[in-house]
Amino acid sequence: MLEVKSLQKNFGGLKAIDNCSLEVGKEAISGLIGPNGAGKTTLFNVLTGFHKPDGGEILFKGERITGLPPHKVFRKKICRTFQITREFGQMTVLENLMLVPDDQGGERIWNNWFRPGIVKKQERRIRDKALDVLEFVELIELKDEYAGNLSGGQKKLLELAKTMMADPELILLDEPGAGVNRTLMRKLADNIRELCAEKGITFLIIEHDMDLVMNLCNPVIVMSEGKKLAEGTPDEIRSNEEVLEAYLGGQYR
Amino acid sequence: MEIGGIIAYLVSLAIMAGIFAVFALGLNIQCGYTGLVNFGIAGFFCVGAYVSAMITTPMPTGLYAQYVKQLFGFNLPFVIGLLGAALVCGIIAYLIGYPTLRLREDYLAIATIGIAETLRLVFNNEHWLANGPRGLMGLPQPLHWLVEPRHYNYIYLVIVSVVMVVIYIAIERVIRSPWGRVLRAIREDEYSSAMSGKDIFSFKMQSLIFGSMIMGVGGALYAHYTKAISPDVFTPLYGTFIIWVMLMAGGSGNNKGAVVGAFVVWFIWTLAKFLTDFLPYALKARAPYIRFLIIMILLEVILIYRPQGLMGEEKRVSKMMD
Repeated sequence: MLEVKSLQKNFGGLKAIDNCSLEVGKEAISGLIGPNGAGKTTLFNVLTGFHKPDGGEILFKGERITGLPPHKVFRKKICRTFQITREFGQMTVLENLMLVPDDQGGERIWNNWFRPGIVKKQERRIRDKALDVLEFVELIELKDEYAGNLSGGQKKLLELAKTMMADPELILLDEPGAGVNRTLMRKLADNIRELCAEKGITFLIIEHDMDLVMNLCNPVIVMSEGKKLAEGTPDEIRSNEEVLEAYLGGQYR
Repeated sequence: MEIGGIIAYLVSLAIMAGIFAVFALGLNIQCGYTGLVNFGIAGFFCVGAYVSAMITTPMPTGLYAQYVKQLFGFNLPFVIGLLGAALVCGIIAYLIGYPTLRLREDYLAIATIGIAETLRLVFNNEHWLANGPRGLMGLPQPLHWLVEPRHYNYIYLVIVSVVMVVIYIAIERVIRSPWGRVLRAIREDEYSSAMSGKDIFSFKMQSLIFGSMIMGVGGALYAHYTKAISPDVFTPLYGTFIIWVMLMAGGSGNNKGAVVGAFVVWFIWTLAKFLTDFLPYALKARAPYIRFLIIMILLEVILIYRPQGLMGEEKRVSKMMD
């Protein structure tokens, strides 16, 4: 589904992503792990057009998306969430979601003056969809609250909910579990499994919580020093000597 | 002072406040909703005023032409003047926005300050353009034949009110919609909006152009009220700063707030003039600066004690969903 071919991204002398190649399979939940500074978030930033790569290629469903600006990446049906949540703080939870759907008639200034009927109809449809999604992630009671007032865990759920508004084919999750309590975490994992199984959405998840990764993800891709170190089932990764050396520090031996 | 005099004074006060409300509404689209820092309102004020003046006056002829020079003179109706002012300001906004809107937001602020001053100085120094520092005089006033000249302000108050209300309704309609929602999202977090599929550059450009066109209309309204314009009016303090204070005072991100803020601040600004009349003789010459000092202190007080302004912004952006 997603192919990264010898990708390169330098920040000055630092090779954040160094000739990295990897593939993400369709309708699977792939994990992306690696020690701090391995280049995982940078990879996400390059994939989604926030950074321009210095070399290499990114193919999505066989199509070249290297260096596209973020909004065009989104239109290819790729969504991401952020490690540190980036909600629209001074907007309600409901409108955070309603912003997302692409190609809304009401986003063209003329339509609001000359064709308000069409805008209103579409707006009610988007609202109903947003309410369904909020029901799904159990944030429905907070729909009229400012997103900035939510707790850290609720913001993580809101990020996931935003991706669900887009009908994406690939979702990139950057540490969905960080700062989320265990109960909420299990719910989040269930949500992800359900979305993958029922809607056929592909996931690529950066996560430091090993229990979560080993439970949820298959395959698991390991990055270290800007390149792919290993890939395999959770069990294979757990017993891979190189990975244990680079990342797990031998504690699981 | 007799009662008629007081009413006439209040009318002139309301006209100016209404004109400034138009500027504040334009700024609210750019700053209040989209987070674009436009410190060059005076530039659009200036261009709007001059463009409308030249569209509505005839080209000077005969002896008069030796003393008054202007680039063009179309002798067209007032309404065309307003529309022309809006159009030219929109084009200028596009030219400023094209190089700056892709950069960080501070660049727009710096560029707009500089361009506003440049425009003013061009009008001041290029005689062929609009008669240099002496400016243009005798601008036509719409519907002036209806009443005696000394009662004309009543007519103009109605005109300003109608234009202001039409602009208010037009803005409210498009801003309380999915379009306005994208603007607010951009203000909150640009990259996140882009990652939700919004073309940030395009929306920022639309916001900058739309707001600047409205400022152009404000400039035109001013020109036909005073009947005479010259470059010394469009200074940063009078043309830009006071409008920012109005928006901050009323409530950034709220169109009602922009209008209320304009009226309140213009009232205080005028009141400050009366206060400076009581100053000792030695300080009289500094009165204009003391007025600005009063307004600046007001701004500080607002920012510290009521940062959301008299009216905060409405929680929900789109009205189209119910």
